[in-house]
Amino acid sequence: MAEQRELTYIAAVAEASRTVLLEQENAFIAGEDVAGAGGVFGSYRGILDEFGDERIVDTPISEEGIIGLGVGAAATGLRPIVDIMFMDFMGECMDEIANQMAKMRYMFGGSASLPITVITMSGGGMNMAAQHSQSLEAWICHLPGLKVVAPSTPYDVKGLIISASRDDNPVFVVLNKLSLGNRGHVPEESYTVPLGEASVVREGSDVSIVTYSRMVGESISAANTLSENGIEAEVLDLRSLQPMDTEAIVASVKKTQRVVVVHEAVRFGGLGGEIAAQIQEDAFDYLDAPVARVGAPFSPVPFSPVLEQAYIPNAGRIVTEVNELLNAA
Amino acid sequence: MELNNEALLDIHHRMVRIRTFETEAGKLAEAGKIPGALHLYVGQEAVASGIMAHLSNDDWITSTHRGHGHLIAKGGEFGKMFAELFGRATGYCKGKGGSMHISNMDLGMLGANGIVGAGPPIAVGAAFSIKYRNVQNVAVTFFGDGASNEGSFHEAANMAALYKLPMLFVCENNGYGEYTPQANHQAIVDVADRAAGYGMPGVVVDGMDAVAVYEAADAAIERAKAGDGPSLLECKTYRFFDHVGVRGMGLSYRTDEELAEWQKRDPIHMFEARLAELDVLSKEDAVKIHESVLADVQEGIEFAENSPMPDPATLLEDVYA
Repeated sequence: MAEQRELTYIAAVAEASRTVLLEQENAFIAGEDVAGAGGVFGSYRGILDEFGDERIVDTPISEEGIIGLGVGAAATGLRPIVDIMFMDFMGECMDEIANQMAKMRYMFGGSASLPITVITMSGGGMNMAAQHSQSLEAWICHLPGLKVVAPSTPYDVKGLIISASRDDNPVFVVLNKLSLGNRGHVPEESYTVPLGEASVVREGSDVSIVTYSRMVGESISAANTLSENGIEAEVLDLRSLQPMDTEAIVASVKKTQRVVVVHEAVRFGGLGGEIAAQIQEDAFDYLDAPVARVGAPFSPVPFSPVLEQAYIPNAGRIVTEVNELLNAA
Repeated sequence: MELNNEALLDIHHRMVRIRTFETEAGKLAEAGKIPGALHLYVGQEAVASGIMAHLSNDDWITSTHRGHGHLIAKGGEFGKMFAELFGRATGYCKGKGGSMHISNMDLGMLGANGIVGAGPPIAVGAAFSIKYRNVQNVAVTFFGDGASNEGSFHEAANMAALYKLPMLFVCENNGYGEYTPQANHQAIVDVADRAAGYGMPGVVVDGMDAVAVYEAADAAIERAKAGDGPSLLECKTYRFFDHVGVRGMGLSYRTDEELAEWQKRDPIHMFEARLAELDVLSKEDAVKIHESVLADVQEGIEFAENSPMPDPATLLEDVYA
């Protein structure tokens, strides 16, 4: 068997962006430091040289202007990819996101299409403190009109960005900073990962771990530890958060009867609560135990590495939660 | 573009269409026939008409919460507009937008907007799109003196000038940000002064004089299409009705004397006097135009009143493409 081609998570962003620009003549990229610098994380390395400054545009540090640029360009026929460097900066542009981008099509009675891809970075673990480490996906999942994906692997990064760019709706691609160097198989050719489709990344029969983004890796690692003690956890990578693959969640719950939802975002008001509610609505009779949730505590992300480690969920906490769940049942 | 007799009559017609629609809409609102809030454009007609006389359906505009006038001047049909205000299925937005979000993509109208200052960044996107496709069009963003204090205006102005986008920033300075007089919400007298901070020309225009607006827009559009970037036109105007509705909430924030002073410079009366002087339109013919437009408005109201309400089954349609 030929060795599979591997790319890093961040290189998959660049390859996906290049693929989109090649495939769609009306696609362009705009954001802070995206062109000349190639993106502060290297997301768009090489794009300026290959496509020129009409297809990739450096913007001022003006997030509301950037999202507005995307909304106006999309409504008038282009297919923008706009980059919001850190998801924490959504506060600067929330009106254009929440009141314009998300609602324009509906308010206009369906006459406008907004094929916008927003690429942004979430997550902690890099000692970037409270304003550069958040996982705010629940904010945007709460807004009808938006779609949200949160890939965990380089393969999904490329496939989901290409899907997002082909969709006629605004799609947020929420990337994870601590995953940027992760390597994985990425085919050279263009391909898509469908929006709204979860993936069972590890089969198991004793408990389901429903998760997304970087917590998929932590969950797999937790499942491997649990397996040493004879507990087989199924790990479901949601990949898409809006729309969410409720069917896949319910199917897994029916199989294992026990669920732990894991995300890096603050637990209170996070997607875990929504997922737990969906499970009790659609699979209550299958549950042998209450739905458990692992998430960050109700606090800003701290700076000190020691405090940050105590803050962010990890494999150890997932193992503990699963053991408690199984002992309680 | 030369301001010949035909163009003068065209501007006059746009102004009368706005005035008549808004006056009748105000009556309907006061009679409780229109749900929600109406922000009426009466008094400011010269601005929308003088600008829109230059634009085609391929030129894009973003509007404000006071958006009916912009849509009418861009070619909006009375029937579909009233139907939208009434929340009917036949409205421009199928009853999903209402007064504050009325829009029509075919006419190049990217929506009235319930959020003050939200339009300029969107117009930047539309202007970017025009430049990207290398076509000879412009994007125009309308906003008020109040919106010129929003960060969104400043981000948009900076970006439009930086990219030399084919765009006009049209500030309709009606002297009030909602109920707060300009002197209490900004330390400058001319919003046009803000243009200098972004490297674009800023021009103060008599917003009650449609010809002055038309001519200022002519120069700004020529500059935009030549690739020299955006301009800011500040049109000094006045809201004859209240912030919301006709008499509004009866707040005592401006005097009857002030209103009467501005009404002496009613944009339509002044324009008709000029047209009579130029022998372009007699007083009798002007009356006929008003009557004919009123008949159109009444027909539009009738269309709307006889239109079906939206089927509740359509509630979830159009959330996504």
